[in-house]
Amino acid sequence: MTTLPPATGKKLGLVIDLDICVGCHACAVSCKEWNTGGYSAPLSDIDAYGNDPHGPWLNRIHSFEAGDGTGGRTVHFPRSCLHCEEPDCVTVCPTGASYKRSEDGIVLVNPDTCIGCKLCSWACPYGAREYDQSHGVMKKCTLCVDRIYNDNLPEADRVPACVMACPTGARHFGDLGDPDSIVSKVVKEREGYDLLPELGYRPVNKYLPPRTREVDRSHAKPAGERPAQIDAVHAPTAVEKFFGWADRMLSD
Amino acid sequence: MHPAYSVIFFTTSSGAGYGLLFLLAILGALGLLPAERWFGLAGFAIALGLISGGLLSSTFHLGHPERSWRAFSQWRSSWLSREGVLAVFTYVPSGVLAIGWIYFETTSSVWNLMAWLTAFFSVATVYSTAMIYASLKTIPQWHNGLVPPVFLFLALATGAVLLNFLMLAFGIWQAWAVMIAIAALLAALALKLKYWAFLNTRSREHTVESATGLKQFGNVRPLDPPHTAPNYLNKEMGYAIARRHSERLRRHVLTLCFITPALLLALILVLPGMFGLFAAGAAVIASATGVVIERWLLFADAEHVVNLYYGREAI
Repeated sequence: MTTLPPATGKKLGLVIDLDICVGCHACAVSCKEWNTGGYSAPLSDIDAYGNDPHGPWLNRIHSFEAGDGTGGRTVHFPRSCLHCEEPDCVTVCPTGASYKRSEDGIVLVNPDTCIGCKLCSWACPYGAREYDQSHGVMKKCTLCVDRIYNDNLPEADRVPACVMACPTGARHFGDLGDPDSIVSKVVKEREGYDLLPELGYRPVNKYLPPRTREVDRSHAKPAGERPAQIDAVHAPTAVEKFFGWADRMLSD
Repeated sequence: MHPAYSVIFFTTSSGAGYGLLFLLAILGALGLLPAERWFGLAGFAIALGLISGGLLSSTFHLGHPERSWRAFSQWRSSWLSREGVLAVFTYVPSGVLAIGWIYFETTSSVWNLMAWLTAFFSVATVYSTAMIYASLKTIPQWHNGLVPPVFLFLALATGAVLLNFLMLAFGIWQAWAVMIAIAALLAALALKLKYWAFLNTRSREHTVESATGLKQFGNVRPLDPPHTAPNYLNKEMGYAIARRHSERLRRHVLTLCFITPALLLALILVLPGMFGLFAAGAAVIASATGVVIERWLLFADAEHVVNLYYGREAI
């Protein structure tokens, strides 16, 4: 049923700490490894070793630059399903294959009833859904539903594969509907936020902002003494002029 | 957005089909069209043929067409499901109406009721098609109130052009048919111009800063992409080929979809008969080509907010 549950018992989700993510992609690789044998199996790769490798990954790690100068920074930015409270990807589904679980809020696709119309991927602002060309169905993060309730795993391992894999502890898993949970507390303390809040999807997953840092200027040289910037325009040498001339001649 | 050819064919073909069906039903019910066997057969065959061909083609882009029957189940929340349900509903009154028109050569009594139901469901189906696009908050170019009327009036206009051709072919043409078509073309043109003006002037309210939440540090730009080759998202939602030619394509739409058919139809008022039939045929071809370009452009002009994560600054 693609109508949404009125309220979900729990709001299971992830909290991603952008302050300490190092952009190693271990979470994405671990996700692909687990899910290609799990609920969404397999996550097919097409032309994996060729010129145009493609296929669904349920977690993608972007790297952004934010700001300039000493206040600027590189931010590594994992992006996956946010298990929204108002997920349009669920309500647009014509078959009921896309659904939000009433017990824990996890958004799933039933691969046996999905017709592969791709409309859910259009409705998701976060690019969380990727179409599997080989199977003709949509794939997405399952929050490792086949790990977190899995009695065959040791209790410590009953967390999503991405959380298990993160070497810096930048990913946290828990119930964001319970104000006393560790994840809820860390979101409150660190002012965790929603992505694209203006669209009103009310994501369950939260992002923790990079901490602002004190900039130590005690040993900074005065402006006049600073070395020229590497990318600053400098007068070309005779050799550079020659190669520049050769390049122009050959390009004509 | 990547224009899926099956969807472009579906929305334009079934649009013209529903437009023609709507006009046959209304004008038949009002007694303005003769309930004559061969005209009815041709009219319903063309209208229902365009609709059915479009509906069939829309299943070609599915990963699992054999499961498409499941799409009738979620009408409570999904416009795509509502469209499917309404499209099937429309076959019932239009089928009964066609039987009355073709076998019994009448559009009165129960057939009259069927005609009004056909007209109602035709409008509802095209409206649902448009709402599939207009309901997507992720695509600002579609998520606005102009998209449904543009779909409805383009369906009516292309259907009305077809009706003129049919009426000329069966020797039952009357001047009011041209008036209806030109009025529908002008209404669709006005809506489309308003829509393009909206595209040119709308504010880009979704930013990469909002998508990443990093506004506090200043301007945000991509450093390293998450993958080295284009993925599904880039291919499906990052399509930008036509956007560079947008202005030229809009001129083609203007000429082919609106101006040429309107002028050709106006010529029929002066020169009906054999020349009129030829002019109407040319008008059908022009409007069909024009509406296909229009629909292609509707996709190519549309920007999905996921592109904010892939280098777009604002959408």
